[in-house]
Amino acid sequence: MKRVQFSSASLPYLYLLPQLAIIVIFFYWPSVQAIQSSFYLEDPFGFSSTFVGLDNYTDVLESSSYAEIARFTVVFTLLVTFLSLSLALLFAVKADAVLKGSSSYKTLLMWVYAVAPPVAGLMGVMFFDMHIGPFLKFADAVGWDFRIGLDYFDTAFAMVVISVWKQIPYNFIFFLSGLQAIPKSLREAGAIDCRSGFRRFWTITLPLLAPTAFFLLIINMTYALFDTFGIVDVVVKDKAANNPITLVYKVYMDGFRGGDIGGSSAQSVILMAVVFVLTIFQFRFIERRVHYN
Amino acid sequence: MYRTRITDHLILILGSLMMIGPVAVLFLTSTHDAVEVHRHGLMASWGGHFLETYNKVLFEPGGFTGQATGMRMLMNSMILGIGFAVGKIVLSMLAAYAIVYFRFRMGTFFFWVIFTTLLLPLEVRIVPSYEVVQKLGMINTYQGMIVPLLASATGTFYFRQFFKSVPDELLEAARIDGAGPWKFFIDILVPISKTMIAAIFIIMFVYGWNQYLWPMMMTSEEVYFTLVRGIKQIMLVWVGSQIPDYNEAFALAVLAMLPPVIVVVVFQSWFIKGLTESDK
Repeated sequence: MKRVQFSSASLPYLYLLPQLAIIVIFFYWPSVQAIQSSFYLEDPFGFSSTFVGLDNYTDVLESSSYAEIARFTVVFTLLVTFLSLSLALLFAVKADAVLKGSSSYKTLLMWVYAVAPPVAGLMGVMFFDMHIGPFLKFADAVGWDFRIGLDYFDTAFAMVVISVWKQIPYNFIFFLSGLQAIPKSLREAGAIDCRSGFRRFWTITLPLLAPTAFFLLIINMTYALFDTFGIVDVVVKDKAANNPITLVYKVYMDGFRGGDIGGSSAQSVILMAVVFVLTIFQFRFIERRVHYN
Repeated sequence: MYRTRITDHLILILGSLMMIGPVAVLFLTSTHDAVEVHRHGLMASWGGHFLETYNKVLFEPGGFTGQATGMRMLMNSMILGIGFAVGKIVLSMLAAYAIVYFRFRMGTFFFWVIFTTLLLPLEVRIVPSYEVVQKLGMINTYQGMIVPLLASATGTFYFRQFFKSVPDELLEAARIDGAGPWKFFIDILVPISKTMIAAIFIIMFVYGWNQYLWPMMMTSEEVYFTLVRGIKQIMLVWVGSQIPDYNEAFALAVLAMLPPVIVVVVFQSWFIKGLTESDK
């Protein structure tokens, strides 16, 4: 905090008021309501609701379809996180290494950041489309009967590819700026002591990038859990029947399509707990990182 | 020292192609007519129907939506993107100013009230949020689209970090010269935050423009559809028709990504600085 500060009885409250008002109305009110309605069973028309205790939670946690969706979400999250991080790291290391054209590569690799997830989804759907998609010719050639939207595995495959493609630029930007922050003297010392470029990368560069990588790990997990909603929605086109969906998509489907407010709220609360744990993890780490620097 | 190898460039070129390729194909295909696309698949060549298709998508109502022209959707996207970015900057600068520059009893408490919002993204509390907005009668309004999105602390966190790095001497000097809190904020703090404001504006504009789920729930009337929201409509029509208007769908998708891409590419250095420094 500042050494010198203003002291005023009313001004700070006045400055905080707009932000606080919006947060209370649009954050705390709905969050409390989610927790509250997760204990009630509401009839689909919203006329009455009865207190059912933890029934919504046990229903959700015992349902086999929820377990399957949870399993898919975990696999999806791990795949998207791992693939987009490693590809981005590869590109960042190379873009940092080349002397010529570095800034052009940087622009070419980062601009997809600005593309909205559902737009990326639309492009993916056309790429994997059964009538017009170029991917089908390739799949045919290797004897893969690829059917997006009909085959569970194929749809999941397309979702992962699109989500990774969309997330590479974000990771790339952070890895590259992390790499560029490594002092030149350190690199030169490394180059003198160790001739193998590969070993130098593992023993010097990667440990120095670890804070960035850890930060990105959490961000990527939240991306795969929540921000991929637009991609999932465009790929499954409202027909979730046999298609893989993520947990957030299930909250939306049950709440808006199914009219199961109680069950959907219970799912929301479960997800809140997951994000809560992830974020606490992140905050603790950030505090540690400050010590490093 | 390290010598650049051919493989480095090869990997980077492949990566760049991977990023550019799909978008280039999307654009080129949008210049062909629908029957041709249906018959031959995606195109990697210029089709010659560019003006015709984009003119239709931008100015003629119908096609995917009954009432909204592409122009109207472009305008709605602009309102959402700019409205969200400006709202975010104003709210979070004021809140961060109060937290950093004032000594008051509830300071720490309010700090936590605001920063707890970082814990839960809107997607998680989407159903109850919808109900709240419905109770307030804000469905199918611009306020309903923008204001609930402002209920998060990202901007406040960022400006708080920045204000803390501003030298104390500035405030001391201003106080000696007799400047009050508001004058100090407007005449000194806002001007020295200019590049930070620009960076945050770009990030928030892109974020607002690219919103999908929330505008989808908030708007049932087509006059309020944004371009990104329009993608949903494209997909619905796609499922139902014999030969979908691929060209128009793709043209709309191109329009939906053009403004944020231009902003990010043109203001690249500000944007990257803002992004990598604010998220720490």
